[in-house]
Amino acid sequence: MSSPALIPTVAVEEDFRARAHTALGDKQLRNNFRSAMDSLMTKRAVAFSDAHEREHLRALGNAIRARALSKLPDLLERLEQNLTRNGVKVHWAETVDEANGIVLSIIRAHEARQVIKGKSMVSEEMEMNHVLAEQGIECLESDMGEFIVQLDHEKPSHIIMPAIHKNAGQVASLFHDKLGVEYTKDVDQLIQIGRRVLREKFFEADVGVSGVNFAVAETGTLLLVENEGNGRMSTTVPPVHIAVTGIEKVVEHMRDVVPLLSLLTRSALGQPITTYVNMISGPRKPEELDGPQEVHLVLLDNGRSQAFADSELRQTLNCIRCGACMNHCPVYTRIGGHAYGEVYPGPIGKIITPHMVGLANVPDHPSASSLCGACGEVCPVKIPIPAILRRLREENVKAPDSPNQVMRGQGSKYSRKERLIWNFWARLNTSPTLYRLFGFFATRLRQLVPSNVGPWTQNHSAPKPAARSLHELAREHLAKQDRH
Amino acid sequence: MSAKQNILAKLRKSLVGTTPLADNFDEALVTEPWSYPPEQRIAQLRKQMEAVHTEIHLSTGDAWPALLARLLHERQLPSLLVSPATPHGKQLAAHWDANAGLPTLKAYDRPVEEWKAELFNDTPASLTGTLGAIASTGSLIVWPTPQEPRLMSLVPPVHFALLKASEVHNNFYEVQQKFAWAAGMPTNALLISGPSKTADIEQVLAYGAHGPKDLVLLILEDQ
Repeated sequence: MSSPALIPTVAVEEDFRARAHTALGDKQLRNNFRSAMDSLMTKRAVAFSDAHEREHLRALGNAIRARALSKLPDLLERLEQNLTRNGVKVHWAETVDEANGIVLSIIRAHEARQVIKGKSMVSEEMEMNHVLAEQGIECLESDMGEFIVQLDHEKPSHIIMPAIHKNAGQVASLFHDKLGVEYTKDVDQLIQIGRRVLREKFFEADVGVSGVNFAVAETGTLLLVENEGNGRMSTTVPPVHIAVTGIEKVVEHMRDVVPLLSLLTRSALGQPITTYVNMISGPRKPEELDGPQEVHLVLLDNGRSQAFADSELRQTLNCIRCGACMNHCPVYTRIGGHAYGEVYPGPIGKIITPHMVGLANVPDHPSASSLCGACGEVCPVKIPIPAILRRLREENVKAPDSPNQVMRGQGSKYSRKERLIWNFWARLNTSPTLYRLFGFFATRLRQLVPSNVGPWTQNHSAPKPAARSLHELAREHLAKQDRH
Repeated sequence: MSAKQNILAKLRKSLVGTTPLADNFDEALVTEPWSYPPEQRIAQLRKQMEAVHTEIHLSTGDAWPALLARLLHERQLPSLLVSPATPHGKQLAAHWDANAGLPTLKAYDRPVEEWKAELFNDTPASLTGTLGAIASTGSLIVWPTPQEPRLMSLVPPVHFALLKASEVHNNFYEVQQKFAWAAGMPTNALLISGPSKTADIEQVLAYGAHGPKDLVLLILEDQ
């Protein structure tokens, strides 16, 4: 069996609008997403059948995350102290380059050649596979979905279900082409093929990499949830385990995990719990017979401290990465995850990505929303995603010389012309005389509206004013009544 | 300045003038909806675990070794990984001594590095104890020990687990309190809620992803 090529190369040539347009025309893709999202929404609804219970738990989840963030620096230090006491080495990284440097130095210290990875979105932020491949180190994904997208040189299109954009037939062709196995569309057989290939890799790997779902400051515990067992394999079989996570993932108490875990698995997949909840509090002790000899934790900032600095935007960091916002998003469901062109797609992606890559690099993301509010309604930790999207739209057009610059790359959509038009519009609506004059001329000169009004008339008929304004009609009406 | 100092300084600057939020954790929210009368706990556990393909057998403290021997025979499993040092391991060994022709009992008695290939390629089944279970979610509580290491419940394709009926608890919160998890955790603690599974291809559920394909639970009703 040939080993799969390892450099994920997604062509992100066009801009967001062009990619979204292409995705909208792809019937197979839309079908795959529509059916998957419908099913995930139903499963969540069934898992939260008691609305009273759900809403109280969401409020508790929000309070726990808000409390953790309100003392984040202290909790991070406490986490580090307790992990260190337990024998785990803690590393800090401000940027993805620093984080990759740390991972590389650990790998080099062990002269490791093969890395096996459990699912980790932070490692996607770091583009760890790519960085390691450039150094001649094989870094293989072991989550079935991640394995599939890596095999096809793609990136995940969903944070929980990375290969949701593919159907069984597409996976069958991929396995046939890349792994040289007989073509089969039978999902059980496909999973068994993946199991065989990856078991060999768990066996051989020198280093295991994983993410973290919750880091418990009180006990110095890294908690990971999963269904497949690949997370346990990656964190138990290789002699070295490196966990990578964002600085916001810390919670204060062990008991805080109870409601968050329930919210996470029910929101994500409609499951009461995942098959495995894996709580790691240290490397192998002298008397133990397995487990890694070394455990490392890399804490990554990568823009999170920027979101943290503003009390409204800070709520972005409540996120427990369940994916419910994307499952319920009418935009995500139609364009899929790849159109966003970034690691985190969907509503949460639109509000976290600007802090990671700069708002100027994703200027269309805050606008790619109908503000229907579904994401905010389903969020298990009550992040006000629609409000934050509106806020980012404001930051997007803020004048470069205005005070209160809160984020890198803001103001990239600022236009003097647009600002002048809005100023004029504000004046028009706050001065009665101007407003009446405008109303009079707009109605009398209504025939002069051109039939082509730029982007507006691409999808709408031209906005032709009525023959008389409502004010005028009302005045006439009242005058008539007076006469009677 | 180091990365740590920079990150902490930025975070602290952003919190100037604020006070940490109070801890108003309401334990009723995570216990009341998930509490069951003692006689219903096993039924709740079974419902949750069987929904995700766990095979469950009711047995007793004396009868389970014979039941296990029968299950191994039915599945034609040639060997079983079991710790000779645990009480249940000793009980099993005694039953094996008294009955000829049963599958080989293997011990996990040396570091994994010394027998990794055999563990991965030639160990079809294992038996471990549990610390108890959680009825609300249908989860087994497993704290690996030097006698029953971490990979014992993960690598063999069939995992047999023993559970005492008296150790089925209502919910995760109750378990954390009872075992005082906040005061200290072992190097690895697990909740196991079924055989390994995935729905990563077209949302079709398939069992036996990377861990055990079968989880077989023996509940000892009189213990």
